[in-house]
Amino acid sequence: MAKPVLPTGIVGYGAYVPRFRITGAEISRMWDGGPGTPVAEKSVPGPDEDTITMSIEAGRNALRRAEVAATELGAVWIGSESHPYAVKPSGTVVAEALGCGVQISAADWEFACKAGTEALTAAMGMVGSGMLPYAMAVGADTAQGRPGDALEYTAAAGAAALIVGPAERAVATIEATLSVVTDTPDFFRRAEQVYPVHGNRFTGTPAYFGHISNAARGLLDQLGAEPGDFSYVVFHQPNTKFPQTVGKQLGFRPEQIAPGLLAPRIGNTYSAASLLGLCATFDVARAGDRIMVVSYGSGAGADAYALTVTDRLAAVRELAPVTSTYIERRTEIDYATYAKWRGKLVMG
Amino acid sequence: MQLAKHWRLKGPRYRLAAVRHPETGAICFPPPADSAEWDEVALSGQGVVESFAAVGKAADGFVDGSIMALIRLAEGPVITAQLTDLEYADVTIGLQVEMVTRKLRDLGPDGLIVYGYKFRPLLSQV
Repeated sequence: MAKPVLPTGIVGYGAYVPRFRITGAEISRMWDGGPGTPVAEKSVPGPDEDTITMSIEAGRNALRRAEVAATELGAVWIGSESHPYAVKPSGTVVAEALGCGVQISAADWEFACKAGTEALTAAMGMVGSGMLPYAMAVGADTAQGRPGDALEYTAAAGAAALIVGPAERAVATIEATLSVVTDTPDFFRRAEQVYPVHGNRFTGTPAYFGHISNAARGLLDQLGAEPGDFSYVVFHQPNTKFPQTVGKQLGFRPEQIAPGLLAPRIGNTYSAASLLGLCATFDVARAGDRIMVVSYGSGAGADAYALTVTDRLAAVRELAPVTSTYIERRTEIDYATYAKWRGKLVMG
Repeated sequence: MQLAKHWRLKGPRYRLAAVRHPETGAICFPPPADSAEWDEVALSGQGVVESFAAVGKAADGFVDGSIMALIRLAEGPVITAQLTDLEYADVTIGLQVEMVTRKLRDLGPDGLIVYGYKFRPLLSQV
């Protein structure tokens, strides 16, 4: 378990979800997938959107709620597995667009779906040790799934930005974090390949459930806490079922999971998924609520956090669009439009 | 690839970085070439559609059917910009819009991705 040396918290948060949706039924229609899809629908980035543009909007929303100038940020770190460039950090463009100063760290982080929380833990370290006043951690992805593969039903797009700063300005203080990592090849993509491969059922028990349970139980044990001590819990959400199942296994109630469970409506936003769930939970939480967040990244690892909401949250919540504003703004597209926009058509 | 040109324009394009004349207070966007002594000022990104048109056959690197508009910014300047996140039938003169940073052009697998301002209807009114 790691704790910041100085009292540290999340001082601003911002969400972004593109407006386009494709339903599971539409994907199933194309591939004879039958009824029952892992999510009802998923978000799709527009043709002028990518991880950088989504990070910029989420970052602007976080700055509004933090009520700090972009020039006060000491770091802008983007966690993603869909950085637009293989070489040229997304953070360089995002920091410039946010209006940060040039004396800033702007790097990209990678760890499958927990790249965003890797950035968050690093931001905690820099702020919690007193090295930086504020640091922004973003999780963002425009995920790809091979046509017809199970992943195509869920691989979605979104971004969430958190600004870490001093606890006295926090919307939620950070009590502690705990990370778990093993070498588990449940899902990977070789360099130069367009689509990832996954281990089907192997992605369940030894991968998602094993790592999330280890991280969550480890943090609970070391804090001397129980699931009932938390008002809300957010898990990485690759589909509708997994976060509900792991929540039940750990002893959390469905109502603790509900506000942050976005996968049924927007799919798996990969590096954004657990952080977007946290944003949606912040949208309803009250001062004094404790929130547990547990991300998961294939390969594999999980990061668990224990947060406590302060009374500043209610004062700044409406300074930027709440998560549901983006989720309810939906324009449905068909498979042909989706395939064209997502580069799935080989033009010969 | 005109890397230097895109690099020079990044402030105005990414975040509507404008300049204010230190004596008259006049705001100018995009910043004129001789404005090194002017103060940088960030525009709010709020504006109103003054006129618009669909682009039937777009120039290389742009999309046929995209919507171009004249936007009167809250601070005064009128700029030409692409609209996004709406259909042509939904555009009206007087529509309130806000700036978002999106991909403007993709200069190919060996080229730059050019980002810049577009405008969309106010999120709060969608």
